[in-house]
Amino acid sequence: MNTAFLEHFAALPQEGPSFLAAMRRDALARFTAHGFPTPRNEDWHFTSPAPIVESSFEPMRPMAAPIDRSAIAPWMAGSDEWPLLVFVNGRFAPSLSSTASLPVGVRAMSLASALLEEPTLVERYLGRVASFNEQAFAFVALNTALMRDGSVIHVARDTRVSRPLHMLFLTDDAADGGVTHPRNLVVVDRNAEVSLIEQYASLAGGRSLTNAVTEAVLDDGATLRHYRLQRENMRAFHTGHVDARLARDAHYHSFSFATGAELSRINIYATLGGEGSGATLNGLYMLDDVQHCDHQTRIEHARPNCYSRELYKGILDGASHGVFNGKVYVHAEAQKTDGKQTNNTLLLSERARIDTKPQLEIFADDVKCTHGATVGRLDALSAFYMRSRGITAATTRRLLTYAFAAEVLETIELEPLRTALEALTLARYAGE
Amino acid sequence: MSSSIESLVGKEYQYGFTTDIEADTLPPGLNEDVVRAISRRKREPAFMLEWRLKAFRRWQTLTEPHWSNVTYPPLDYQAISYYSAPKTAKPLGSLDELDPKIRETYDKLGIPLHEQKLLAGVAVDAVFDSVSVGTTYKEELKKHGIVFCSFGEAVQEHPGLVEQYLGSVVPYSDNFFAALNAAVFSDGSFVYVPKGVRCPMELSTYFRINAEGTGQFERTLIVADEGAYVSYLEGCTAPKRSANQLHAAVVELVALDNATVKYSTVQNWYAGDEDGRGGIYNFVTKRGKALRNAKISWTQVETGSAITWKYPSVILQGDNSTGEFYSVAVVNNRQQADTGTKMIHIGRNTKSNIVSKGISAGHGQNSYRGQVKVVPKASGARNYTQCDSMLIGNRCGAHTFPYIEAQNNTAIIEHEASTSKIGEDQIFYLKQRGLSAEQAVSMIVSGFCREVFKELPMEFALEAQQLLGITLEGSVG
Repeated sequence: MNTAFLEHFAALPQEGPSFLAAMRRDALARFTAHGFPTPRNEDWHFTSPAPIVESSFEPMRPMAAPIDRSAIAPWMAGSDEWPLLVFVNGRFAPSLSSTASLPVGVRAMSLASALLEEPTLVERYLGRVASFNEQAFAFVALNTALMRDGSVIHVARDTRVSRPLHMLFLTDDAADGGVTHPRNLVVVDRNAEVSLIEQYASLAGGRSLTNAVTEAVLDDGATLRHYRLQRENMRAFHTGHVDARLARDAHYHSFSFATGAELSRINIYATLGGEGSGATLNGLYMLDDVQHCDHQTRIEHARPNCYSRELYKGILDGASHGVFNGKVYVHAEAQKTDGKQTNNTLLLSERARIDTKPQLEIFADDVKCTHGATVGRLDALSAFYMRSRGITAATTRRLLTYAFAAEVLETIELEPLRTALEALTLARYAGE
Repeated sequence: MSSSIESLVGKEYQYGFTTDIEADTLPPGLNEDVVRAISRRKREPAFMLEWRLKAFRRWQTLTEPHWSNVTYPPLDYQAISYYSAPKTAKPLGSLDELDPKIRETYDKLGIPLHEQKLLAGVAVDAVFDSVSVGTTYKEELKKHGIVFCSFGEAVQEHPGLVEQYLGSVVPYSDNFFAALNAAVFSDGSFVYVPKGVRCPMELSTYFRINAEGTGQFERTLIVADEGAYVSYLEGCTAPKRSANQLHAAVVELVALDNATVKYSTVQNWYAGDEDGRGGIYNFVTKRGKALRNAKISWTQVETGSAITWKYPSVILQGDNSTGEFYSVAVVNNRQQADTGTKMIHIGRNTKSNIVSKGISAGHGQNSYRGQVKVVPKASGARNYTQCDSMLIGNRCGAHTFPYIEAQNNTAIIEHEASTSKIGEDQIFYLKQRGLSAEQAVSMIVSGFCREVFKELPMEFALEAQQLLGITLEGSVG
């Protein structure tokens, strides 16, 4: 049992509202009782958190030196005009952020300021969606106990936000050996609609742990498009947890893009808690060398007439290890559920490894649920066809690999982001 | 429609009679003395006793696993009697010497042995509780050099073969129930088909748990030598009792180079009553090892047992070996099933094919759990898995837990699963053609399972269809 985190807790400044202090104590007690999961825990069967547990991380130091706006350009997905919240080493960086262009009805601020300015909103939702009552959620418990900052976004009733909101979490030279626990809360009121980019990236190459939790609450008829990009450096450790709760006729679209970190584990959970609601969870992970990336998705169909769609694709090179576990859980009352899930993995190298587990648990009879999983390398027949048209072996490989990824990238509705990620993917396989 | 279907599904277990025969039964409890006593009663050579004791000591260090998707009250291993044999266990020269009461039991089960002789060449090794009481067609098989006998007999007459292959696929240390079985197994079937021999008939064993409070721990070992072929059928029924009974069997299949083993099961152990009282806990380890160019095919129809927990598996060790798994699992009332398969691809160019059909009705919970594993050196591996579930009513559940673990990029793995219910429009169509709702459901279910049934030998396919009908009676609505 890693006692470093207990020391971090003891060192936390005693500030903030009383509900938060109580929640922190509760979370720490759960964490202390359960400890970290091991591969004996079914949810962690293919991912051992041992490298994280065995490292002794310190609370992350503040940013080493002021960061120039040009330094963050590579992460901007081509648009400087989007409202932006930047966090460096876990702390809000107002000088890099810009929320001036936010339309009426939208509030976006750091968690630290929200606790002062919007305590009722925070108290009402924070920690109410992401459960930490099981050992499998030890990292959520840790985040809850130790959170310092993050973003709080509130979209008021009937507000349609045309520009996406960008939350950018950076680490710099001072992050080496440190841990942060970013905590985000997104509340989308009735019939409101918003797009969010939640991005994790590194400005330096040190080893650090980002342990993020994002809770999303979607009221009746609300729509949230959530693009989560994990692009940290190749030595980083990353644990992320997203939990969305949907009311009637709400729609949640999630896209998880993961190319960074040596060891990463990302949970994307959605609870379809109102009739007629739906979730679309898509994702793309592209790994190389010794990277390990684990995606766990869970869609809970709790009410009738809901749908879920899921497409996750992986491209594994080097000696990388991909893990996908897609759970679809249909409650007895969730009649007329329509669920579809697909996981395709492309193995580019002989040493790459994938463990995939698409899982259905169904307790209602009038449902239509399917899942499919495939694992393989590039299709020899397609390659032969392209070669016969005079395309070189290298270009063939590159095109087919890109085409494999493109299918899921195409589902990104936010055009500038889609273009940026497509270019990134094409460049990634261009040199081979 | 619902009421007629419910009346259909509620048919009672028709094999729930007991046979009143004097039995030689060990008192309940398990310790080294019991293991020794079993071995002594079976007049086993020293290597067997040693193996049993090693297994027992290993078992004591293990804890009962609980990772499956089933629930049951704790089992008391000291309350079970580990040996029960009909008193007339002297060697039988012919079927006519069988105890008339046992004969009667078999007749009720619908497998009159003397009639089977006349039927299309099915040899039956009937296991009555723990001791094999009658073996037919032995002489015919002997001509081909095929050994088909009870396990106990094999230990006496072919100790070399038993010692060579026993535990070679499922070692005594494999898991909690396999270790328990290795320590106390009382009998089972043994088959050896020599090099290049194609077994001229289907071999069949009928298992039956009769005595109350006894666990049945049978062990089957089938060895197909190079180039041999054998098809083996196993059927299971048990009388109706209010207490639960444990059935922890082990089946080992060995297919040497170019050999083929086909193993078919129709499992209809007593499933307990409507409220889940009684019934068999069927916790079984079944595994085959396929060497070069060999093929192992499992077909199972699981309609009985309060709890079914088993994963007939194939270790695809040799290059170009093939593994198949065809399964129909039906749960009704309070039945629970957690079943599927494991295909471990080790050799090069190995293939596996999995077709699983699960049907849930009443309060039944049906889980498919499967593993397809491709190790780093298993280049050219190919797997196709299809896994369909059907739900009848909204108090039951269907679950799918497939584990796909690929460590070689030349592997091609495909997995498809679907869950659906019987369409109202399908029933409407069939009713409109003059069929009753009951017949319509039965026809739709048969169609759903057809891919699996066609893998069964014909007599079994008919029986399986009937069993399916009986199990689902009264559930459709």
